[in-house]
Amino acid sequence: MSSSALTFSSVTKKIVMSLMGLFLIIFLLVHLTVNLFLLFDPTRELFNVAAHFMATNPVLKIMEISLFAGFIIHILFGLILQIQNWLARPKRYKVEGYSHTSFFSKFMIHTGIVILIFLVLHLLDFYFKLKFGDVPNMIIHGHEYPDMGLVVIEKFSITSFIIIYIIALIILGFHLHHAFQSAFQSLGLNHTKYTPVIKALGTIYSIVVALGFIIIPLYIYFY
Amino acid sequence: MDFTLKIWKQANSKAKGKFETFKVKDISADCSFLEMLDILNEDLIDKVQLPINFDHDCREGICGMCSLYINGRPHGPDQGITVCQMHMRNFKNGSKIVIEPWRSKAFPVIKDLMVDRSAFDEIIQAGGYVSVTTGGVPDANSIPIRKELADLSMDAAACIGCGACVATCKNASAMLFVSAKVSQFALLPQGKVEAKRRVQAMVAKMDELGFGNCTNTYACEAECPKNISVSNIARMNREFLGAKLGAQKA
Repeated sequence: MSSSALTFSSVTKKIVMSLMGLFLIIFLLVHLTVNLFLLFDPTRELFNVAAHFMATNPVLKIMEISLFAGFIIHILFGLILQIQNWLARPKRYKVEGYSHTSFFSKFMIHTGIVILIFLVLHLLDFYFKLKFGDVPNMIIHGHEYPDMGLVVIEKFSITSFIIIYIIALIILGFHLHHAFQSAFQSLGLNHTKYTPVIKALGTIYSIVVALGFIIIPLYIYFY
Repeated sequence: MDFTLKIWKQANSKAKGKFETFKVKDISADCSFLEMLDILNEDLIDKVQLPINFDHDCREGICGMCSLYINGRPHGPDQGITVCQMHMRNFKNGSKIVIEPWRSKAFPVIKDLMVDRSAFDEIIQAGGYVSVTTGGVPDANSIPIRKELADLSMDAAACIGCGACVATCKNASAMLFVSAKVSQFALLPQGKVEAKRRVQAMVAKMDELGFGNCTNTYACEAECPKNISVSNIARMNREFLGAKLGAQKA
């Protein structure tokens, strides 16, 4: 097999897409769990300790590099696949497809690009601020921790920020709705008994993740 | 019934092509779609005009030759049948019908509504067969095969290779076709012998011919006149992954 992503077979590319996607799906659950600490602990201590742990634990440091790699490979392969797919139909239909398919599956590249733009803004707002910017410190049990919770809460008091955040997360939910079951199909995991369960889980997952992230800024903004 | 037809006209594979409008009158509701086109062609010939070129052969829904993209759907509005089996009663009287050829880089238009589907033949030639030294007819049941597997293989083998999956896929991907052909053999002991080589060769050929990649929209399954299941695509992915991972170092 050649080492160039362009010469991977179509099946290999979709298997790579699905593996990276599943990795990102697991990451989102971890991210959501940490964020929800903000709701259950108004002192922000729980969130700040968790965020600090996520940013400094050596095992998680390795995971962080893998996560960046996962994002980059998923985005890169997604773009290559999409360009090849556009080239596969040089002349478009006058009456575009009417077929009964899942609605969100047709817009993965569009929702994906919106998520990519959001991801860049999101990293600038939080991740790079923690790495390179100035974040005030907070003393918890005698140790100093960067007060990321405060950074988040300040952002979540800006109306325009929340609106963009909510729209991006709804679109992420759409992306995940197709992504979840699609990843299993790409890996060849299709079964008369389990595929309906996977599809249901995917729907629940996408709603929980999108709503879970959306509730936090709304709660902070209104209370 | 009366219809206004908007039909793709293209003189040859190099010509630019454009839509032309035709009117048909007094068509029976029980007329098949292809018969309706025959009536139009008779009419055009009477007027010393060029008839419309379209592919057809058996007109019994089993040969896979007919290939019309009607109002945004391959084989038209009815489910699970080819266009030759679809009747004009599926349309409203007086309605406008847009008829286009399959659109895919791998299926170039030859003339009007006729496309070159030899790309599918090339994929079959790459591995869609079982190599056997022929001899006498083997005894029935000399190789035991589980009924469920025989059924699944038969379901996959129902694919008539019409190309509706490619036509409807937003990516012009041939995965449903290739996976049906891979599956029908991979499920049976006779086909298992060459399964690893077959799946790799057929996928490689499919990619080489310029078909798009599958993004699991399942439009192919929804439009397939033979109701081929996307579970075949999953099986092909499994077979492919197993063949690649398990391959010995050359």
